[in-house]
Amino acid sequence: MSGMGKSAKPTTLRALLYSARFRGVLYQVLVVGGVLALGWYLVHNTLANLAARGIATGLGFLGQESGFDIGEGMIPYSAADTYARALLVGVLNTLKVAVLGIMLASVIGLTVGIARLSRNWLIARLATVYVEGVRNVPLLLQLFVWYGIVTALPVPRQAIDIGLGVFLSNRGLKIPAPVWHDSYWPAIIVLALAFLGLFVLRRWAMERMNRTGHPFPWLSTGLGAMVVLPLLTLMVTGAPVEWSIPELKGFNFQGGVDLSPEFAALLAGISVYTAAFIAEIVRSGILAVPHGQTEAALSLGLSRAKTLRLVVLPQALRVIVPPLTSQYLNLLKNSSLAVAIGYPDLVSVANTAINQTGQAVEGVALTMTVYLIVSLALSLLMNWYNSKVALVTR
Amino acid sequence: MKSLKAFTVAAALAVAASPAYAGPTFDAVKAKGFVQCGVNLGLYGFSAPDDKGNWSGLDVDVCRAVAAAVFGDSTKVKYSPLSAQQRLPALQSGEIDLLARNTTWTLSRDTANGLNFTVVNYYDGQGFMVPTKLGVKSAKELNGATVCVLPGTTTEQNLADWFRANKLTYKPVVIEKNEELAAAFIAGRCDVYTSDASQLAAIRANEMPNPADYAILPELISKEPLAPAVRHGDDQWLDVVRWSIFAMIAAEEKGVTMGNVDQMAASSADPEVKRLLGVTAGNGKSLGLDEGWAKAVIKQVGNYGESFERNVGQGSKLKIARGQNSLYNHGGLMYAPPFK
Repeated sequence: MSGMGKSAKPTTLRALLYSARFRGVLYQVLVVGGVLALGWYLVHNTLANLAARGIATGLGFLGQESGFDIGEGMIPYSAADTYARALLVGVLNTLKVAVLGIMLASVIGLTVGIARLSRNWLIARLATVYVEGVRNVPLLLQLFVWYGIVTALPVPRQAIDIGLGVFLSNRGLKIPAPVWHDSYWPAIIVLALAFLGLFVLRRWAMERMNRTGHPFPWLSTGLGAMVVLPLLTLMVTGAPVEWSIPELKGFNFQGGVDLSPEFAALLAGISVYTAAFIAEIVRSGILAVPHGQTEAALSLGLSRAKTLRLVVLPQALRVIVPPLTSQYLNLLKNSSLAVAIGYPDLVSVANTAINQTGQAVEGVALTMTVYLIVSLALSLLMNWYNSKVALVTR
Repeated sequence: MKSLKAFTVAAALAVAASPAYAGPTFDAVKAKGFVQCGVNLGLYGFSAPDDKGNWSGLDVDVCRAVAAAVFGDSTKVKYSPLSAQQRLPALQSGEIDLLARNTTWTLSRDTANGLNFTVVNYYDGQGFMVPTKLGVKSAKELNGATVCVLPGTTTEQNLADWFRANKLTYKPVVIEKNEELAAAFIAGRCDVYTSDASQLAAIRANEMPNPADYAILPELISKEPLAPAVRHGDDQWLDVVRWSIFAMIAAEEKGVTMGNVDQMAASSADPEVKRLLGVTAGNGKSLGLDEGWAKAVIKQVGNYGESFERNVGQGSKLKIARGQNSLYNHGGLMYAPPFK
């Protein structure tokens, strides 16, 4: 093999050290090895320290009875359930407030962001005051203010009667709720089908518009169908409708569903706070679209609303989506401030579990893992959406 | 936030070199010249700083007594104010030498958490406080109530146990900070505030706009023996802390006070008093302390009765009766083994 075309490769150790390629690989191996060694050292040392102090380790506590109650949750739970289920209640509460918070913050943020660019002097100034006022005050203080507002409402015995069985007091908002019957299933299935139908309708409407140029109001039609069709099904199947109406019994209202003051304060706090940042992102996104685009659209005879919706916003989204992802992640993580105002989110439940079991390392690790998984999932979703709205270059 | 603190403690456990705390705590304390004592962030009567930053309270007196026993000087203490959740990791990780922070002695803390409890310095029990205008006379009438409770204590568990045992329902409102929880209770967000009875008395005296508008219900739903704790691994340190507290209890039983301790040491004919105050030598050597250790404790901190009345009893705003915390020969549970 000595007859290779190129001159013989340097093979001495000295020559190897001077090879850029070899050094590149060597550095990477060293760094990865160092990180692994540090990680191993930390884990090993923690376990050794815990064992030396006789502190129990492991996740065995998850299967034990928790022995504490949680104020609200989306799944049935009692003190007789396990720690694992208690933590699940906490995770679901965190997801509930985060998902609703993201939706609410997006709507407020989009509205305020557009309002800041309004040609109406008053609207634009109000939006500016909102953004500058809200984003410059720490969220924790804002949460205390919101919680102060909801707990300053009258006590249950003097609750504000809004009518139709709706009561507002410092125990929250009580709303009548229909009592579940198994005969509701057909209506639920129809609702799900109508939801799927919405996408089919949209596809068809887009295809028809591309072909003929005639628009079709797919959104209002589809949403209308989602309301009307299940109601019709209910009437046809003749399912009994029975309402559970809130009623003052003893200390509090019984029956109906309620929106707790803690949940309301947290949702309002994190939505209003994050919306201020989203508004600025929306504004920057809209300003990034050249004004010529608007002028061109207007000269084609599109109305101002249609110009915004069909020409400006789709292009602005390319600028908006990446920083928006960070704001959504911030909102998710800020929801852990719930402990300060008593909403039983994951951190609040995990804190109690940690104190009862004394297993801080496992409890904190579990909490961090859950936040990491949810955040990564949210990131993935937003990145997928970003790749859909991104400019396709050929 | 406390979760952050829990994380830092977890991180501290991770990076602490294994042998750092392997040596006996007693030797380490003597070498550094002070006792690092974990206390409550601020619970009037048990441990709270005044406007000049001087700590006082029944638990603080334990820290001072141990410092007096070890160094002959009750001021050789450094205080670490700790939340309910920080306290166990702080002791486990070696951040503090002694935990005197109204901590309930339970089996799991004594074993799985790696602690050794010393002596009960206050027998407490969990109770309920309600606004008098609710007209509630007994905890059995609390069905359907909303209950304000601090997280990170045995309180949440006792509450759940008691309502389950009595087949009653309730809704907890769990808020991390004392002040925020009290504010929610005052605003009427909850019908009931639950905590240890001693804390309820402290909160009623300090946080409520008009203490007379609130009543503490007669039922105590749990046993809460509050005891200072040390970590596993140093029996000599455990003995020193334990007998420092016993010295205060024994002194009360024998009538030795801050005021008369010198005179008792000079003139008492009671052999037990002579041994307690080091006139008859032996106890100090056994503990690895000066023979005058208990005398220093009583002279600088006082006997248990003096400490109790000064901090939580008639000499304080709380006006808590001795009750279970009387000496055994007065119908209470306070009892020191013989000093011989």
